[in-house]
Amino acid sequence: MEKFTTVAGPAAPLLRPNIDTDVIIPIQRLVGSGRTGLGPYAFERLRYAGDGSENPDFVLNRPQYRGSPILLAGPNFGCGSSREGAVWALMGMGFRAVLAPSFGDIFHNNCFQNGMLPILLPEDVIHRIAAETEAAQGARHTIVDLARRLVVTPEGAEIPFSIDARKRDALLEGLDDIALTLRLRQHIAAWQAADRAARPWVWETVQR
Amino acid sequence: MPDLRPAPKPDLPSPTLPATLLDRIWDPHVVADLGDGWTLLHCDRVLLHDLSGARALREVGEGGYSLARPDLVFATPDHAVSSAPGRTAETFPEGGRLLAGLRARARETGIRLFDLGQDGNGIVHVMAPELGLVLPGTTLVCGDSHTCTNGGVGALAFGIGASELKHVLATQTLPQKKPRSMRIRFEGAAPPGVTPKDMILAAIGRFGAGAGTGHAVEYAGSAVRALSVEGRLTLCNLSIEMGARMGMVAPDETTFAWLAGRDFAPKGAAWDAAVTAWRDLRTDDGASFDRDLLIDMRDIAPQITWGTSPEQVLAVTGRVPELAAAADAEQRAAWEAALAYMGLTPGAPIAGTRVDWVFIGSCTNSRIEDLRAAAAVLRGRKVAPHVTAWVVPGSERVKHAAEAEGLHTAFREAGFEWREPGCALCVAANGEAVPPGARCVSTSNRNFVGRQGTGARTHLASPAMAAAAAVAGAIADVRHFAA
Repeated sequence: MEKFTTVAGPAAPLLRPNIDTDVIIPIQRLVGSGRTGLGPYAFERLRYAGDGSENPDFVLNRPQYRGSPILLAGPNFGCGSSREGAVWALMGMGFRAVLAPSFGDIFHNNCFQNGMLPILLPEDVIHRIAAETEAAQGARHTIVDLARRLVVTPEGAEIPFSIDARKRDALLEGLDDIALTLRLRQHIAAWQAADRAARPWVWETVQR
Repeated sequence: MPDLRPAPKPDLPSPTLPATLLDRIWDPHVVADLGDGWTLLHCDRVLLHDLSGARALREVGEGGYSLARPDLVFATPDHAVSSAPGRTAETFPEGGRLLAGLRARARETGIRLFDLGQDGNGIVHVMAPELGLVLPGTTLVCGDSHTCTNGGVGALAFGIGASELKHVLATQTLPQKKPRSMRIRFEGAAPPGVTPKDMILAAIGRFGAGAGTGHAVEYAGSAVRALSVEGRLTLCNLSIEMGARMGMVAPDETTFAWLAGRDFAPKGAAWDAAVTAWRDLRTDDGASFDRDLLIDMRDIAPQITWGTSPEQVLAVTGRVPELAAAADAEQRAAWEAALAYMGLTPGAPIAGTRVDWVFIGSCTNSRIEDLRAAAAVLRGRKVAPHVTAWVVPGSERVKHAAEAEGLHTAFREAGFEWREPGCALCVAANGEAVPPGARCVSTSNRNFVGRQGTGARTHLASPAMAAAAAVAGAIADVRHFAA
């Protein structure tokens, strides 16, 4: 997994509530696809008109937000489907951090698995960053500093954020969860043996 | 159920305190305490489907790992399979390639595949309870957000992404933090025309599409106790549409009677022992929840969504909202976008809105009781000539049971197409789609922009409401269609 330390750039505002993962990446783009190459299809249904041309009204098509690494979002961002392709598509578009008042739970988990940082911030702070960015026409950058757990707004205000320590460490170090869990292989085997004695029906019913 | 943990941990509730159903399933599944509130949770069952199953199995090997417990992993193609009568795996070629990959990996790894057209095949969240693969008190994960459906039998079931799926296949566990607890009690008798779908849509409308975020929801109260298992599965299915990864109903005699004799349910003495343990899977009187909510069934009428989030829902007697009623600028902008996408006029009655398509199916509402409810509305009536109407049974078994009862004839005589099992128009990942601009009353779970096809306009409703809309050719109040 890609490590995450610090990201800086213009913060692109997509503040509508309940942006779902179907909108982030249509399922048709995930049939038989891999983890890469999805960037051009991120927000496809908002980003392009019916004839395939860019929709100039869509905020991420505005020149100052192209290639932006930070997305400012509304409540319940990433709700809906469990498709991890939503994170792959956002990363393919260049995003490395999403700042929102709340996230869909599965999307939130999926971010951490891919080196994308989702940050919970109050709605007024997100609006403030959006306003400061807009006032500077995108020329001033927002900084996300994971080690210090700070977001620095375009005008220089330092906003602390909280993040689960385990998830922060995994992002900073790019850890492989599976290898860590397999260190507990003996615990897992012991649990399974005890459970088999206590709840035989869970185990015996699936024997061939 | 006996306490299986090697040592109780101080952050878990003491056995003497009142416990919730969540505590009673979660706590015994903790394999290890990882610190900071993290636990290593055992996953008793893993379900795979065609869209991501082959990739997940391949990635485990590519990472240098092997499958931890092939005997606990089960697969079924559903997402990317055609629902056309007479379909084969190749009818939708992209799906055919995914299925070929899943077949190859299933053979290699020794996991059980319920293949297309075989007994047991179907939508993953329909076939798992149907076969008894999910049992009360078990943990189940699947790379699909509607895995919460399985909570209807009293299991802890939740959707995960591709990377977590790889983790669970390699270890049979997942590092997890215990969610906060939430209860929604539905009290009273269901008014006429009100189904489990209406109950959960009304709850999402009242509490919001993000109300359950970070929570596991237990559905309780007299109206839930009165539901069949199939109704409970529908109720739990839409938990994720309220933001909750997990929804569940405590198992009871209704559950046990429904599960008895199913393929993977225990038999004989093992069944008796299991039922004895399952009777303890309930929330104690006096247990407290982080959020505890109440809905009076008298306040619920048949529901229909008007917008592009499941929280944008109305009683069928209601009117499309005026923008002035929005709570703030963001909600106003969201409503404005939803109204434009849906082609609706603020203030207009929702009933009477002309529809082009009707879809009865999906892991929400494709079980035999759903099909019976829709067929009851259709008998002696015809689908309006301008409406394309599909019914897609949830599994091979549902299809055969329905055909044995003659439901397929009732649907066909009314003008519905009787199709093959799969997810079909709920997710439109199989080459089938509602055309751009067409309006569809659907028994599925998501009315998101483009969900049923680019530009498709979705109105979520119960199977009976969908049947009524097909006959009327417009959104209609099912209470005017007495069987």
